[in-house]
Amino acid sequence: MSRKLIIDPVTRIEGHGKVTIQLNKAKKVDWARLNVVEFRGYEKFVQGHPYWEAPMMLQRVCGICFVSHHLAGAKALDDMVGVGYGNGVQMLPAPEKMRRLGHYAQQLQSHVAAYFYLTAPEMLFGVDAPPDQRNVQGLIEADPELVRRVLRLRKWGQELITTVFGKRMHGIHSVPGGVNKNLSTVDRDRFLNGEGGLLSIDEVIEGAQEALKVFYGYHEAHRDWIDNFAVVPGLNLCLVNDQGNVDYFHGDLRVVDQNREVVEEFDYHDYLDHFEEATEEWSYMKFPYLKRLGREAGSARVGSLARVNVTRDYEAETPLAREALARFHDYNKGKASNATLHTNWARAIEILHSAEQIRNLLNDPDLQKEDLVVPHAETDWTGEGVGVVEAPRGTLLHHYRADQDGAMTFANLIVATTQNNQVINRTITSVAEEYLTDVDEITDGLMNHVEFGIRAYDPCLSCATHAVGQMPLIVTIQGADGGVLARRER
Amino acid sequence: MSFTITIDKRKVLVDEGCTLIDAAADNGVFIPNLCYTRGKPCLGTCRVCSVRVNGKVTAACTVPVQPGMVVDVNEPEVAEMRKLLVEALFSEGNHNCPSCEKSGRCELQAVAYEVEMTASPFPYRFPKREREDAADHIFLERDRCIFCQRCVEHVRDEETGQAIFAIHGRGTKARIEIDVGLANKLTPEQVHAAAELCPVGCILEKGVGFEDPMGSRKFDVKSLRRRMLEGETS
Ligand code: SF4
Ligand code: SF4
Repeated sequence: MSRKLIIDPVTRIEGHGKVTIQLNKAKKVDWARLNVVEFRGYEKFVQGHPYWEAPMMLQRVCGICFVSHHLAGAKALDDMVGVGYGNGVQMLPAPEKMRRLGHYAQQLQSHVAAYFYLTAPEMLFGVDAPPDQRNVQGLIEADPELVRRVLRLRKWGQELITTVFGKRMHGIHSVPGGVNKNLSTVDRDRFLNGEGGLLSIDEVIEGAQEALKVFYGYHEAHRDWIDNFAVVPGLNLCLVNDQGNVDYFHGDLRVVDQNREVVEEFDYHDYLDHFEEATEEWSYMKFPYLKRLGREAGSARVGSLARVNVTRDYEAETPLAREALARFHDYNKGKASNATLHTNWARAIEILHSAEQIRNLLNDPDLQKEDLVVPHAETDWTGEGVGVVEAPRGTLLHHYRADQDGAMTFANLIVATTQNNQVINRTITSVAEEYLTDVDEITDGLMNHVEFGIRAYDPCLSCATHAVGQMPLIVTIQGADGGVLARRER
Repeated sequence: MSFTITIDKRKVLVDEGCTLIDAAADNGVFIPNLCYTRGKPCLGTCRVCSVRVNGKVTAACTVPVQPGMVVDVNEPEVAEMRKLLVEALFSEGNHNCPSCEKSGRCELQAVAYEVEMTASPFPYRFPKREREDAADHIFLERDRCIFCQRCVEHVRDEETGQAIFAIHGRGTKARIEIDVGLANKLTPEQVHAAAELCPVGCILEKGVGFEDPMGSRKFDVKSLRRRMLEGETS
């Protein structure tokens, strides 16, 4: 007999998906995968509209990492008007640093939300705790002081986003060749000193360290589980600077292997020369992989874990994050970590890294400079651009083309969750192999662990498929004959 | 010569020959509108400035003041009617303010805020309107045209006085057209002025946009209402 299990919904994933666990004739897990079957539309909507409005429309694909979409789009526009990195033009210091500032603010805010609201309750209460406890509500009851501090941390990031982009969500800051605003000294001082009910930057850095402390405590108590849950292979991909350190805004794309050796490194404009995208009929989400290695060996993970795996080091100006990174690298003996739950560790390190980077930027007088846009002439027009940034969930690519008259003719978005597609499926398969104990009953344990494994990636599924409308996450166990064997909803 | 009229039960002094919409503004009463531009001939196309004059609904940009006139502007039924007109405009086009370059400078959007519109009660038509981008420096985003005719009447070729824009077709088939040859003769300043004159984000300057940060855009800095009451053209 064969089986099919459905979990519905996995409530704390941004967007929705569907998990199928396929059993073989021996009733063992053959494979498990995340099917994403929502309608894909944004790339189509934008066609025929003015190119300079494209990033403003396309950032709407996501309600969380819209800043990354805005910036990837902005970089594509820079190229199109002929003054982008793709044209060998270096951005002016003020706009580049303003873009970075906004991006770090989003990373801080997004990671804090994903880490404390979604993951921390599970770490503090255990994955087997009843669902009504292991949520942020449970956290409020258990440690109201921690939650208060987290809320203020998040608010600070939110406020910084608002200041840079003019709105809490989907603001507008970048224009082709630069930005429309620098940072006033009044605003700078507000964020440095914590005026008007805001935390000061020192308090933000303190709060950021708290995330690590929570992780270290949990790791200490559950070392075996954290280190061995869903350990799945995958290359690691992110943007790096000349020193081989992660750069969230610009650089080359680097892919490293298990030994953190560089497998491939290239200008992101050449992404499609190096990566191919496989498609499956059961998912709208594609499967990118390195052409040279093929899908099995060439699939890469992106996001926090990939970045801490790839990066050689952090800047000397972020000493606390640097120390935390060194501890991570030492713990993993200089190798890349494939432990899914180390993603939460990596995210905590990145919270601290963002906070320190923001401090450094706030103290940089370039942010008050008034040269905000690289001038460009009609003759500079190229009509094509590619922008890549490291979004909180990983490498994000926007590729645009427009005709001579300025109308968009093509847009392609490759988002982090798509990059992670193969590795997420490996994670789910690994979880299913370990926790599917009884083929006749879908246990709480299986439900919880599937949920936990997926959530480590914090996948943004509606974004990954650019969905119109929503769909709950459903997990199905399917027998060798294709029949549905079990379904459970929560 | 001056005389009094009554606006919303208040007697106000107005100048003979003055248009009602201007006279109201001069006396602190804002009447929303979209096609009218102070100092330019009235077009009377949008009807958004509809008020009740001596009991009869009339577009305030079309009537010169008369002694003893009794005008209702903010009476709820009249205000509701103006709101419906604005809502209908949104249903008739394809408006996506969040990514529109004109957002924050758009008169339709500003008027929608003024009439406290939230969502249109009319079914959206989702018309299929092709863009027109053949001119060198003007991109016509037709989705947003409200057929106010400002461009048709007020943007002209300097040499010949010929119209550069025209509306072809009627009703749901209406379409704003541009004479590309004449449009290409416009100076950058004239192109800019045409884009500014268009109350919505239909006439766009190619490649130009989002220069003012949110919070510093035209109507962020000073509302449409205040501008009108202070006698500005829009
Ligand atoms: S033209 Fe005005 S109302 Fe229409 S989308 Fe643009 S901002 Fe919104
Ligand atoms: S293009 Fe603009 S100015 Fe011309 S009719 Fe349409 S909305 Fe009015």
